[in-house]
Amino acid sequence: MNWAIGLVMFVGAVGLSVIGIAGMLMSNHLFRMVLALAVAEAGANLLLILAGYRWDAAAPILLPGHSTQAMVDPVPQAMVLTAIVIGVGVQALALSLVIRVRQHYATLDMRVARQRMQDALDQAAGVVPPRSQEGPAGERPLPAPTRTIEAGGPHD
Amino acid sequence: MRNIATLLLLGGLSFLLLVITGGLLFGNPPMLIGQGIQQAAPTEVGAANIVTAVVLGYRGLDTLGELSILFAAATAGGLVLGSTRGRSGRPGGFILRTGVDLLFPLMLVAGLYVVMHGHLTPGGGFQGGVILAAAFFLPLLARPQESLDHTWLSVIEALAGSAFIALGLAALFEGRAFLTPLFDHGVLGALVSSGSLPLLYLAVGLKVGAELASLLVRLSADDEGAS
Repeated sequence: MNWAIGLVMFVGAVGLSVIGIAGMLMSNHLFRMVLALAVAEAGANLLLILAGYRWDAAAPILLPGHSTQAMVDPVPQAMVLTAIVIGVGVQALALSLVIRVRQHYATLDMRVARQRMQDALDQAAGVVPPRSQEGPAGERPLPAPTRTIEAGGPHD
Repeated sequence: MRNIATLLLLGGLSFLLLVITGGLLFGNPPMLIGQGIQQAAPTEVGAANIVTAVVLGYRGLDTLGELSILFAAATAGGLVLGSTRGRSGRPGGFILRTGVDLLFPLMLVAGLYVVMHGHLTPGGGFQGGVILAAAFFLPLLARPQESLDHTWLSVIEALAGSAFIALGLAALFEGRAFLTPLFDHGVLGALVSSGSLPLLYLAVGLKVGAELASLLVRLSADDEGAS
């Protein structure tokens, strides 16, 4: 019975990590990639906590009169505390980058944003993008973004 | 093709992780350092919460590094998003405004409680700081026009970070290692106990709260400016 519980726990933790990494690799939506990163972190944290688990043990907090009680390992819990805080910082930074991408390219799809970034680079370099030859004359290759790239420059 | 390669990678990764974790004894951790810390922490550090003893007492330098990572992330977020422009948006409805007015003092008390009892109960500076940041972010949801003052947030953050490092340097002046807990241990389980750990956690809580509050304000302001 005990090994079955352990198996479920470990498979759950590894599964969460793998689902998160799968989401990061296979998704093209930037916000979903950030969410998948959070899921993968949750799996890694759960794995660390499980590594310090002990049967019939209390939380690592001393209570008066219970000084001889068995406790779970406090070191992985301290590591997970650190990992959660760093994860929050990484996610906040990733979200701010995602917000900037959406403001510049008016999309959250990674492929579309990459295409628009390439077009903008080509325009800035004076190179005519190849697909504009097939389009009708005078067509703008870029749909109008909500904010132009110049307005989002360093003076903003 | 790319999806097949991804699936192969994921299958191999899950197989690897499952084989490694299959070697672990669930429920009987083989690590001995945790047991040693449990034996030594009540007399060496004096904190009832052994996780706090590890985070601030034994590995205080790692916590300083963690704080600097959070500081770097918040600074980079502010750099990427730029300065907040004038906020616009309709004020929240009656239920939101009343609920925020009711919740704000309660969340303030809960956050400070979690911060101040970090060495006794589950919680501590990081968790309480997040509650404080949420408490200061709630009024912005109800009244988007009134923005938080970034100057005060920066001042609080800088003072808290300096206090953390100053407590570490004070240990150096006493001839001990950097960030060694100072003062008397006191009675195990009392509110004023375990030396300088509550002061360190208060600094951590204020710093994390100020950083996260300014980050939340920036994110929400830019979200409204985009659409």
